[in-house]
Amino acid sequence: MTLTKTDRVAAAPERAAAPPPNRMRAWATRAPLLPALIFMIVVTQLPFVATLVISFFDWNALYPDDRTFAGFSNYGDVLSDPALRKSIWTTILLTVTVVLVSLLLGLLLALLLDRRFRGRAAVRTMLIAPFLLVPVAAALLWKHVLFNPEYGLFNGILHAIGGVGAAQPDWISEMPLMAVEASLIWQWTPFMMLILLAGLQSRDSQLIEAARMDGASDWQVFVHITLPHLRRYLELGVLLGSIYIVQNFDAVFTITSGGLGTANLPYTIYQTFYQAHENGLASAAGVIVVIGSIILATFALRVVSSLFREEVSR
Amino acid sequence: MATVATTTATAPVRRPGRPGGRLRASALGIVAWLAGLAFVAPLLWMVLTSFHSEADAATNPPSVTAPLTLDSYREFFGLTGGASPWPAMINSMTASVVSTLLTLLLAVPAAYALSIRPVKKWTDVLFFFLSTKMLPLVAGLLPIYLFAKNTGLLDNIWALVILYTAMNLPIAVWMMQSFLAEVPVSIIEAAQIDGARLPTVLGRVVAPIALPGIAATALICFIFSWNELLFARVLTGVVAETAPVFLTGFITSQGLFLAKVCAASLVISLPVLAAGFAAQDKLVQGLSLGAVK
Repeated sequence: MTLTKTDRVAAAPERAAAPPPNRMRAWATRAPLLPALIFMIVVTQLPFVATLVISFFDWNALYPDDRTFAGFSNYGDVLSDPALRKSIWTTILLTVTVVLVSLLLGLLLALLLDRRFRGRAAVRTMLIAPFLLVPVAAALLWKHVLFNPEYGLFNGILHAIGGVGAAQPDWISEMPLMAVEASLIWQWTPFMMLILLAGLQSRDSQLIEAARMDGASDWQVFVHITLPHLRRYLELGVLLGSIYIVQNFDAVFTITSGGLGTANLPYTIYQTFYQAHENGLASAAGVIVVIGSIILATFALRVVSSLFREEVSR
Repeated sequence: MATVATTTATAPVRRPGRPGGRLRASALGIVAWLAGLAFVAPLLWMVLTSFHSEADAATNPPSVTAPLTLDSYREFFGLTGGASPWPAMINSMTASVVSTLLTLLLAVPAAYALSIRPVKKWTDVLFFFLSTKMLPLVAGLLPIYLFAKNTGLLDNIWALVILYTAMNLPIAVWMMQSFLAEVPVSIIEAAQIDGARLPTVLGRVVAPIALPGIAATALICFIFSWNELLFARVLTGVVAETAPVFLTGFITSQGLFLAKVCAASLVISLPVLAAGFAAQDKLVQGLSLGAVK
C-alpha cells in the first residue's frame, strides 16, 4: 500500500504540465517534514562538525589563549597515549562481552517464553523489569546492594551457605570489568529477549508443521528453520546492542568511576574535557568514536533496511 | 542448552498424544519461571531492603525476615533533614514531559510526510533520521557544552529539553512512521471523496487509528529522557540537576546507607517502570527503532 503511494507521487511530476502549482504542491508535501529535519541537522550534525574542527586544535580550556592549530597531532596523541589506547580496547571488550552474553541469554529466554505455560505473561513481565530500572539505579544496586564485600547480597549468600569460613571476595576490586559487565548484561538481556521473541513469533508455523510431517526432529527444525529465520533478528540485536553499549557511560561512571582499568571511550572523553580540560584531545577521541560507530552503523542500517523493505513489500 | 533449544522449537505445534511431552512441557515451564525469578530477584531484594532499617540492611548473612519500616523513604524525601529530592524529580519531570511533547510535535507531522502523503525519496529521509541516532552523543558533548556555557544555558533545564528532543526525535519519527503506515489509504480517500477537508480527515480518521501508537511513542521518549545521565551530569549543576544526577550522590559509600540507596533508586525508577509496563507491547518496536513489530 505504501509502495503504490510512493509510485504515484514519484510519477506525478512527469504528468504535470504546469510547473509552478506543482512545485507548490511538492513544498506543501514537504512542509510537515521540514521542522523536524532542520531541528535534527542543527542540534545533532553541527556539534559533530564543531568536534571535528576542534580536534585539529591544541586547546586546553584552562589556557584559552594558547589555542593553536595542531593538525593531526591530537590523533597521534590519542592513539599513542597508553591510557586512551587502553580505553579503546576496554570499549571493545566491554561491548563484545555484554552484547554476546546477553544475546545468548536472551535467545534462551526467548525460546523458553515462546511456548505456552502457566503464568507466561507474569514471567515475561519479571524478565522485562531489570530493563526498566533507571540505569544509574541499576548500577547502584549492583555496586552497593549486591557487590559490597561486607554486607552485599552475594557475599551474604556465600556466608549463609558456606558458614563462617566462606570466601568473601571484594567483587569490584578483584574483577572490576566483569562487575560492570554483569550489571549491563542483567539490564540488556531483556532487550535481546524482546527482539528475539518477536522474531520467533513471526516464524511461519505452517512451514514448521510441514517439516515435522516430513519427519524432521526438533533439533533439525531449530537448525534449519528457526535459526535461519532468526538470523536477521540476531544481527539486529547485536548491532543495536552494540550501538547502545559502545555509548555506555552510566554503569562505568557509577560502579568504578572509570577506575581499575574500566574506563571506556565515553568515560575517557568525559574525563578528558570535563576534568583535564583538554578540548582538542577529547574531540579527537570523539572523532575516533564516531568513525567506529559509522562502521557499526553501516552494517546496522543494512540490516534495518532489509527488514524494512520486507515490511513495506508485504 | 541443547535440550532447551530442541524442545522449544516444538512450541507452536502442539502434539497432545506424545508420551512424556506434557511432562517435559511443564518442566520447561518451571525452568522459565526460575529464570524469570532469577532475573527479578535483585530487584525484589532491593524492594525488601528499602523497607528494612539501615542496621538490618547491612547484616551478613542477610536478614530476610527483619521488621519492615518506612524510615529510609522518610529519609530519602528529606523529612529527617538533608537534601530533598523533589527539585531534581521536578526537573526530570519537566525535561522529560516537555521534550516528549516537543518530540511528538515535530515527529508526527514528519511521519505524516513519510507515510500517508510521502515526499519523494521518503526512505532516504527516514534513514537519515536513523543514522543520526547511531552517532554517539558523547562525540558532540564538548561543542554543546561550550555553546551552553557561552549562551548562559549551563545549568538550565531548557538545554536538556532541546537535547532530549533531538535524542528522541529519530526514534519517534521511525515509530510514528510505522504506525501511520498502518492507516489504510482507502479510508482516507473515501473520506476525501465524501468531501471531508484535511483537518477533518486528520482528526476523525487518522487520529483514532494513530493514537495508541502516539501514546507508545510518548512513553518510550519519556523513558529515554528520564534515564539520561551524561548530558545532565555535564550540563547541569545545582539548579537544573535531574533525578539520575541526584542518584550519583550515592556513588561513594556513606556508612550505613543501603536502605536509603534502595529507596532512592526505586522511587526514581518508578516513573520508568510505570511507563515501561504501560508500553510493554510496543517497547520492542520503539527500542528497535520500528524495525521489529
